[in-house]
Amino acid sequence: MSNEFYRLTVNGMQHEVRDAWAGESLLYVLRERLGLPGTKGACEQGECGSCTVLMDGEAVCSCLVMAATAVDSDITTVEGLSVDGEPTDVQQSFVDAGGVQCGFCTPGLIVAVHHLLDRNPNPNELEIKEAISGNICRCTGYGRIFAAVEQARDQRRATESR
Amino acid sequence: MTVINATSLQQALQALRDHPGARLVQGGTDLMVEVNFNRTSVNDVVALRQVNELKRWHIDDEAGAIRLGAGVPYAEMERSPLREHLPALAQAARTVGSPQIRAAGSLGGNLGTCSPAGDGLPVLSALDAIVHLQSVDGTRDVSIHDFMVGVKKNTRRADEVIVAVTLPLLAGYQGYAKVGTRNAMVISAASACLAHDPLGGSVRVALGAVAPTVVRARQAEVWLAAQANLRGALRISPELAREFGQRAANECSPIDDHRSTATYRRHAIAVLVERLLLRGNEHRPGVAP
Repeated sequence: MSNEFYRLTVNGMQHEVRDAWAGESLLYVLRERLGLPGTKGACEQGECGSCTVLMDGEAVCSCLVMAATAVDSDITTVEGLSVDGEPTDVQQSFVDAGGVQCGFCTPGLIVAVHHLLDRNPNPNELEIKEAISGNICRCTGYGRIFAAVEQARDQRRATESR
Repeated sequence: MTVINATSLQQALQALRDHPGARLVQGGTDLMVEVNFNRTSVNDVVALRQVNELKRWHIDDEAGAIRLGAGVPYAEMERSPLREHLPALAQAARTVGSPQIRAAGSLGGNLGTCSPAGDGLPVLSALDAIVHLQSVDGTRDVSIHDFMVGVKKNTRRADEVIVAVTLPLLAGYQGYAKVGTRNAMVISAASACLAHDPLGGSVRVALGAVAPTVVRARQAEVWLAAQANLRGALRISPELAREFGQRAANECSPIDDHRSTATYRRHAIAVLVERLLLRGNEHRPGVAP
């Protein structure tokens, strides 16, 4: 592959990445080259989860993906979850339950929770804790985040059984 | 810097030959930390992310072994059916990083980086894994014990890809345990894998993060085999398990570093090995832990 430019598929749209250093992380390319700052960066070593995106349906740390190797993958960022700018059910649950304080960890958590609920519609408390164990929040103490996930889970089940 | 996204093993091997010194990257969870912090200068990269041959595994019933592709993510090792075939590897996989890391990381990367704290490596050592390497010239099978030669040093040649490992399917207990400064997302201060082969009559124990490479406690293994009948179900007394742990701890050579101290690491090994051996007493064949 020539590195003069490469294409990434982000939120269903093809983007050309030009004049980039080939070692740049997907996190950097999303934020600084593609104008998608919803994905947050903090630790840059896979510890905090604030850069979580979906890559071919798997939740991964975008800081640990070399962007030039992500060609031919479907990437979904927090910007790509909502339809028509309306908050998703998970986002609304975070608002309702007070799961957002400073908000820095929120985009990564939203992506991780969507990933969880799309694969396991009825997670128990342990499964919820495990699913977001890679997303660190320093404000909330997690209680309201767990409440938000449970609210989203219960609302989805109520909608489905209706 | 050039990135080659190989879509087949053959293409990856040719790219390695054409770009001497190129770095191999599978999930990227080790390499990108080095890149992000400017700790390494990367020239050419051959990415294995899209090489499907590396993501497969299959069981050879005749050999009683499983061949596991080097690109199988930890997330898959944690789950059925691999979890039932390789219970200690599943336990080790569960302790790697976060779910996000485990979706990307693989044994190929663990072996390639070859850190003594690599979580999969004690399991490979305890199971006497064979590491399969391939270059455009052919294939090479290397015992895990000859593959790891030093801190982040292995015997892979620059033009070779780690393609798979072969592990025996044992009927006996296999367990993994590690100690770190917290429960989640932690690099081991000390780790251990214990595997019981009830047919061969052996208990093997491998120790991580307490020597330049993962090491086997071979003298302790021989000692235990002389003290107890290891064929069939394990019946190990608490006193024997305690001494086994202490003997295993005497065979490692830990250091003081930013993660722990040598004294603590040696103590932790004694406790982990004793605990794993006693867990072996509870094992019932065919029941996953």
